[in-house]
Amino acid sequence: MRGAVLLALCALGCAPKAVRVGSKNFTEGVILGEVAARACAAGGAVTEHRRQLGGTAVLWRALRSGEIDAYPEYTGTLASELLRGVDARDLRGMRRALAREGVAMTAPLGFNNTYAIGVPEALASARGLRTLSDLQREPGLALGLSHEFLDRADGWAGLRARYGLPQRDVRGMDHDLAYRALSSGAIQATDLYTTDAEIAWHRLRVLSDDREYFPEYSAVLLYRADLPRRSPSCARALESLGGSLDAATMIDLNDQVKRRRRTESSVAAAWLEAHRGLRSAVASEGRAERVWQRTREHLAMVLSSLLAAVLCAVPLGVAAAKRPRLGTLVLGAAGVLQTVPSLALLVLLIPLLGIGAAPAVAALFLYSLLPIVQNTVAGLRGISPALRESAEALGLPPFARLRLVELPLALPSILAGVKTAAVINVGTATLGAMVGAGGYGQPILRGIRLDSTSTIMEGALPAAALALLTQALFACIERVAVPRSLRGGR
Amino acid sequence: MTAHGPTAASLVGVMKRYGGAVALGPIDLDVPVGRTTVLLGPSGCGKSTLLRLINGLIAPDEGTLRVLGEGVTPASVEALRRRVGYVIQEGGLFPHLSARQNVALLPRWLRWETPRIDARVAELAALARLPEALLDRHPGELSGGQRQRVALMRALALDPEMLLLDEPLGALDPMVRAELQRDLREVFRTLGKTVVLVTHDLREARHFGDLVVLLRDGRVVQRGPLSALESAPSEGFVRDFLDAWREAP
Repeated sequence: MRGAVLLALCALGCAPKAVRVGSKNFTEGVILGEVAARACAAGGAVTEHRRQLGGTAVLWRALRSGEIDAYPEYTGTLASELLRGVDARDLRGMRRALAREGVAMTAPLGFNNTYAIGVPEALASARGLRTLSDLQREPGLALGLSHEFLDRADGWAGLRARYGLPQRDVRGMDHDLAYRALSSGAIQATDLYTTDAEIAWHRLRVLSDDREYFPEYSAVLLYRADLPRRSPSCARALESLGGSLDAATMIDLNDQVKRRRRTESSVAAAWLEAHRGLRSAVASEGRAERVWQRTREHLAMVLSSLLAAVLCAVPLGVAAAKRPRLGTLVLGAAGVLQTVPSLALLVLLIPLLGIGAAPAVAALFLYSLLPIVQNTVAGLRGISPALRESAEALGLPPFARLRLVELPLALPSILAGVKTAAVINVGTATLGAMVGAGGYGQPILRGIRLDSTSTIMEGALPAAALALLTQALFACIERVAVPRSLRGGR
Repeated sequence: MTAHGPTAASLVGVMKRYGGAVALGPIDLDVPVGRTTVLLGPSGCGKSTLLRLINGLIAPDEGTLRVLGEGVTPASVEALRRRVGYVIQEGGLFPHLSARQNVALLPRWLRWETPRIDARVAELAALARLPEALLDRHPGELSGGQRQRVALMRALALDPEMLLLDEPLGALDPMVRAELQRDLREVFRTLGKTVVLVTHDLREARHFGDLVVLLRDGRVVQRGPLSALESAPSEGFVRDFLDAWREAP
């Protein structure tokens, strides 16, 4: 009997947990995440891809807290941001430092995504330009560099010093404008990332960094040290990806997503099938289905956070209205919470709540407190002393006075507070996509990443519609819940 | 200064201060059962403070206060207030409730049966001469006089032993005022309850008062039937106060 119970418990608790692969919020990261997740899945592991989570901090925290099991990273980022004092080219030292954090690293995937200088292919072959050293022979070359590259200490200034570059015509310009200027011939060289899709698109040649000036940003996959034990097949699949993707391949994959508008999933699946012989299905869903899914995620976030906020903030508001000193404290605390930038709050909540809907709901809950507490306090304090005294003179005990007289009189103000919180929540919930909560922020993030207005609209329009709908809904609630004598102010 | 016969409220050496300044007292006063006592005096004389002391809305700083035979303590004050009806100048009706709901608020809270509540509301409407058709209106949809009638009904809902009124006619125009004044006196006579009414208006005091208590700067100047105040004023202020009203238009 006891054995059977244990077995049943084990069936629930010991079921193999899905391997979760994460990816950062930019196209190459999502493609690599998709490649890793599909390679794992092809090996038989139950796999899930939490795509386009925020930036490095979010992924790194999520990996170490076990919210995700693996994600693509760059050695340069590891060296400069995550593991201080380790050289980006010293893989062994890096592995040792990672092991101390409970993290393992695959062999480099095969490309180095760092800064580089690109020149049009036709010009490069005419003048015989292959390396950055070759630029010493071309003092008349016009350079259009991004503002960031011009400003960084390890950007243009250092590059010119290292190679002794003689060019005088160096202009700062927007990155997208630089590509246009290149095709019109206004400039002959620009800075870029070595795997930018634009390299293929604008037919540029990347000059090789023969004096090793630029930092090494080799792509690797990081995974939790306990993954080989939990899913040996998945760990093997990740390791086998080492050395399999060169820069030309990565540029092509980026280009397929960015310019030819294919999904990361189908690009990753096609590459795995063609080059690794791994077959995986690409689920395709219609736009309506997608929007409905996002709507459900968005509504779930907004409603649960709002409900929890009302249940907490109204009693807090009552307490704050009754006890001025407590009120100052409560309103002050809620006000401070309001000033924490939403993205920072989300990242702070990850170690406590993991990734997904939980930190997003918690953040929305915290942001909802101030408007509701504030309006509850204002509503209660706004009741005229004559009415307050009348209720007292009737001989009603304090709680009955609150329930029968004070809260109903404060209701219009409280409802206005809840409405404010709801409308703010609908907007702020779009940031939930940064921590894997889904919702309307998902297409917005994707659209910004791919520079696709129609994809942005897929999230922005429903979000705006939902905000308007929320306003209308509260107008209805007010009409039903607030007696006509209290409407339009007292 | 003790009255003969039973008292509904008695104050001995009662004092109330606000931020160091004496608002009332020291004062000794007995409110006789079954009669109408008018607290009269210029504004700021402490007459409203006195009324709020009797209802336990404020506590005395010194002295003893007994209402309906009980000491006024935090433990007893709520039950005591339900035995004392209270009407203020603007009525103090709750704007989110209809006239009927205002009157029925306390009976409903005490879980009276609905038929009993309905019967009581109808009875009170007849007593206060409020047309039943107006019972489902909200205070904002009633005239000032009608609102005071509803406030009176609410104060009488539990058939209290004592009724306190703080300038109940103060905010009304003369026509409405005269009519409501007549009706109020009628109600007081019919019910035979102990009534304490605050006013600054000598004509109102003459209209209602069996017993007048004239106050000045928180102290009782003279108490007795108005005729006694007129025939034998205890000091110059009494004469001045009465003369001022005689000269008023």
